[in-house]
Amino acid sequence: MSKFKKKTEVKQTIPTSSMPDVVFMLLFFFMVTTQLRETAIDVQQRIPEATQMRKLLRKSLVTNLYIGEPRKIEQFGKEPKIQADDVFIEPKDIILWVSRQRDLLPENEQDQMTVALKVDNESKRGIIADVESELRKANARKILYTTLQKKEIF
Amino acid sequence: MARITPDIPNASMADIAFLLLTFFLVTTTIANDRGLSIQLPPPPEANPPEDVKIQERNMFKIQVNSSDALLVEGEPMSDISGLKEMIKVFILNNGVDPASSDNPQKAIVSYKTDRGTTHKRFIEILDIIQGAYYDIYAERAGVTNARWRDLSSDLSSPENQELYEKGRGRLPDGSVEIPMMLSIAEPTKVGN
Repeated sequence: MSKFKKKTEVKQTIPTSSMPDVVFMLLFFFMVTTQLRETAIDVQQRIPEATQMRKLLRKSLVTNLYIGEPRKIEQFGKEPKIQADDVFIEPKDIILWVSRQRDLLPENEQDQMTVALKVDNESKRGIIADVESELRKANARKILYTTLQKKEIF
Repeated sequence: MARITPDIPNASMADIAFLLLTFFLVTTTIANDRGLSIQLPPPPEANPPEDVKIQERNMFKIQVNSSDALLVEGEPMSDISGLKEMIKVFILNNGVDPASSDNPQKAIVSYKTDRGTTHKRFIEILDIIQGAYYDIYAERAGVTNARWRDLSSDLSSPENQELYEKGRGRLPDGSVEIPMMLSIAEPTKVGN
């Protein structure tokens, strides 16, 4: 049975000398893509899924509104709330908020402002419709319902 | 005299790099700016109320109630897989079926929800309605649906513009042949 004897002893080690390079490459990737959040989101964000999504090309023109049940129920109650930047706002404050956000943009691009509504799955249409009607009054009519990609393929 | 070669120990470099890597891995949030985009109508007082008579046949009515149940053209529907096809047939009817739309310009998809409808359900149905339109556009332009959505959000290149025009079509009088006529009505107030 010496026929099947291994003829050569194969060295079975993976070369590790390039490991730091690989790690550094990954590190740079994450360093470049990372975006540290400037606001802490205090509402639930279980984002719905969809298939027909559009991408926004100019991120600087997007402002976010977060809607959902507050994370601290004992403090703020169970009713869904609207969060803009760092504070909870009421629908009536939206016009003022929109004009503030608009002032931050360059003048020639102010009409292209898009409001991204990041709404929790379980929020009701009622509060969103209230927000929408205020956005209409504030003339911020380009809106985007932020969604995630649905997994299954049709 | 012994020469001392000054060198920094670099065995721990990989460890340091791993530590940094882990930090960025954990803190990273890849910005998500994708979603369903719609254009809201102008504010109510800006356009004087005019009585526009819309024929019943030109309206495709989709209603969702406060318990997320669906009513399509007055009929309850539990399986939504066929809804997209129904909308497409309705838009592209061009007067063939006398009970359906006259032409794509007049065909309006009316989407009405209740204040108690969940956002999840709202998005699910909105996705289907927009998908029906995008499918039609993409087919006319000869591209895939995903490609269509990409090119329509970036009209800076002439090639994209051409495909965009081809998909939506242009009538001799200058209006869009198949405009996206989606009307999202003010929600009813049953559940709140």
